[in-house]
Amino acid sequence: MSMPLKLELGRRYRFSASHRLHTTHLTEEENSRVFGKCSNPYGHGHNYVVEVSVSGDVDPSTGMIANLADLDTFVARQVLDDFDHKSLNEDVPAFRDTVPTTENVCIEIFRRLKSFPKAKLERIRVEETAKNSFEYAGDHPEGNRL
Amino acid sequence: MVLITRKIEFSASHLYHNLNFSAEENRRIFGKCNNPHGHGHNYTLEVTVAGEPDPVTGMVLDLKELKEILEREVMQRMDHRHLNYEVPELAGQIPTCENIAQVLWRLLDPKITRGKLHHVRLYESPDLFADCYRNGAAAAGKQ
Repeated sequence: MSMPLKLELGRRYRFSASHRLHTTHLTEEENSRVFGKCSNPYGHGHNYVVEVSVSGDVDPSTGMIANLADLDTFVARQVLDDFDHKSLNEDVPAFRDTVPTTENVCIEIFRRLKSFPKAKLERIRVEETAKNSFEYAGDHPEGNRL
Repeated sequence: MVLITRKIEFSASHLYHNLNFSAEENRRIFGKCNNPHGHGHNYTLEVTVAGEPDPVTGMVLDLKELKEILEREVMQRMDHRHLNYEVPELAGQIPTCENIAQVLWRLLDPKITRGKLHHVRLYESPDLFADCYRNGAAAAGKQ
């Protein structure tokens, strides 16, 4: 019997949202020094890409770790419906008191998708722009890549 | 340890159908992918090999050698083929990204003798992919 392999399914989703990096824990001057342009009071937006990786056994009858329709529905309900064409600061309760940096967006998306019933959530990778991306894998410091 | 990745693209057709399911179940579970005449994708395969660079050549393995392995094992087998009917390694399996990635791993792993196969990522489209790793292998960041 051949050696067991670890399989993950990855899927990319998109949402567009605005945010402002600003915290009441800092003075106005400190906010603008730390966050620069991102602290503009009226906010600004990005086209975000969310990469979701799940793992599990491949069901021999379907060839799938999880049915894509189930994953798509879950991600839409848990994340995209709440984030797409919204202001992250104003419309997503988690960011009322937490700065919506993409680090924190990653963590929030992981938290919202962790309960996916059909497979194990391995990690979330978010591209804020094509030039920067962030990953979060819960308690796994190296991204849980086995 | 250094990771070295080579990317190739191949185009193939497939369809999802399980003979043990009713026509209605096949449609419900596989959706559009159950179209009896099949459909196709441009697949992108990323193959990552891990190893220490040779002190003389500075290489983990010669990329030319990896290119030849990928040509022989992947391109000749799958490029411009129907994955359900023309690839014996996939016979009896639903040719999903997950299953194709496993088959590719098992084809490539024994052929890569310099360095060690570390990661196979197969994209069916830019938004859908499967990752295959050796179970229990030490974690090492990629990307």
